[in-house]
Amino acid sequence: MICNVCQNNEATVHLTQMLEGEIKKIDMCESCAQKQGVDEPGMPLIDLLVGLGPSSSETSEEDETTPSTKRLVCQVCGNSLADFKKTGRLGCSHCYEVFANQMDPMLRSMHKGIKHTGKAPKHFKDDRATRDQLEKLEKKLQKAITEERYEDAAVLRDSIKQLSEQATPADEPSAHP
Amino acid sequence: MNLHEFLTPIQDICRRPGPFDRIVLTSRVRLARNLKDTPFPGRATKQQRDEHLQIIKPVVESLTSMKKGFSQELNDLADLDRQLLVERHLISRELAKKKQGAAFVLSKDETCSIMINEEDHLRMQVILPGLQVKEAWKAVDKIDTQLENKLPIAFSGRYGFLTACPTNTGTGMRVSAMLHLPGLVIAEHMQQTITAVNKLGLAVRGLYGEGTEALGNVFQISNQMTLGETEFDIIERLNKVVVQIIENEENARAKLLESNPEMVFNNIGRAYGILTNAHVISSKEAKNLLSLLRLGLDLGYFPEMDPEVVDELFIVTEPAHIQHRECKKMSPEERDIMRATQLRERLEGMQRPSMQVIAAKNDDRPDTGESDSSEDTQSDAQDGSGQET
Repeated sequence: MICNVCQNNEATVHLTQMLEGEIKKIDMCESCAQKQGVDEPGMPLIDLLVGLGPSSSETSEEDETTPSTKRLVCQVCGNSLADFKKTGRLGCSHCYEVFANQMDPMLRSMHKGIKHTGKAPKHFKDDRATRDQLEKLEKKLQKAITEERYEDAAVLRDSIKQLSEQATPADEPSAHP
Repeated sequence: MNLHEFLTPIQDICRRPGPFDRIVLTSRVRLARNLKDTPFPGRATKQQRDEHLQIIKPVVESLTSMKKGFSQELNDLADLDRQLLVERHLISRELAKKKQGAAFVLSKDETCSIMINEEDHLRMQVILPGLQVKEAWKAVDKIDTQLENKLPIAFSGRYGFLTACPTNTGTGMRVSAMLHLPGLVIAEHMQQTITAVNKLGLAVRGLYGEGTEALGNVFQISNQMTLGETEFDIIERLNKVVVQIIENEENARAKLLESNPEMVFNNIGRAYGILTNAHVISSKEAKNLLSLLRLGLDLGYFPEMDPEVVDELFIVTEPAHIQHRECKKMSPEERDIMRATQLRERLEGMQRPSMQVIAAKNDDRPDTGESDSSEDTQSDAQDGSGQET
């Protein structure tokens, strides 16, 4: 029996696991098994199968999504989607943007919500407060214009201008709702 | 100054009082933080980890809370000392395995410990005696605020603080309380308690956190979720649950004493007998018996004894502490002998438990339906203590 991963060495590690009611099997040589972290308890077989592509008998849903997303690699730390799936760890702060599509469902299954409501660094809080205030002033300005209160509008326009000059540009990922 | 000159003697640490410390041993709040736009420790090269260390360490050392503190790189730390710090809960088991680029900084009183290049660039924790989760949060929050002004911390408005493991994303906060619950264990209410606590989104773990056994009837209760809730809400909820468990533990003890005092006396008496007379004892058995001794102390059966001694023995009978005292590496068998020696020495002259006064009341024990179930409990518990070797 040949190793499913490297297609080279004799397979000595045989892994069988029940996944979603189906029995999945994989045969590997010892060095591949070690590389894949087979000895770590609770390591799901699906991660291995995803990494292998369509070498196993049938293509699961997971396999179909693989070719397009597999190439996702973080530019900052070199973490790939396969790495992320295997280790369950992000490689750097930038990974949260690179794997954004995977993050939400994952975080939803782990946490109470997917929007941070706790402590924020002071400089960030200040930015957030400024943005909130700018939004309010914009609305007031629109209202003043529609109601033809042009003197009020002029005052509002000046304060908006002043405030937006103060504010530091918001960093992109933070600007999400 | 080396590590051992710096560390506060265990007996002094055990003498620090805290609210509800009969049942709550310690409260801890830990925050995970990272530098932005650079690889986390698990993804960083040796060189990058060193660079991160050079950025972070001076900033951490300059914190007001770290005045007269102690810092060391893991590279310069002997294996035994690593284990010793884990046994004192000052560093994590994960950090103890690291080498290049990893370090820790301790505050003078050792209540605050900051780990650098563990799973995240920064892991900072404050541990206080008794139930003080809110106080621990205040202390670690203050440190965090000081750091955020000096380091480029990874934060997103949407996900909060960004961490290597998505289970920490958001607040990056893990709050935990270490509880001593012999009453609930003996009364066999622990499984129920764990199920109820889990339903509230809190985890119940063993003495050394994730993946460890609940030795000596010590359980760690901590939050599992870190995103979608404020720190305040998480801490409030955990505090409420712990207060409830304290009440349940007190009730379980009272009920056991009422319905089955012999079983309680038997457990405590046997623990006393073995601990003061054993010549070979494993760490696990020592912990389980010390737990019963602690219960006996709480119930007032050892009026002469200094209550902190048991907490101290909990730590000094740990493997690294024994080896450090003897200044040599020892096999598990040698340690079991030394542990027993140390216990006999430390407990020498300890008076036998005086449980007679309450025991006299046994005759008029009401024969209610409840005694059926407690009868089962009794035999199970006896089996348990009898088998322990």
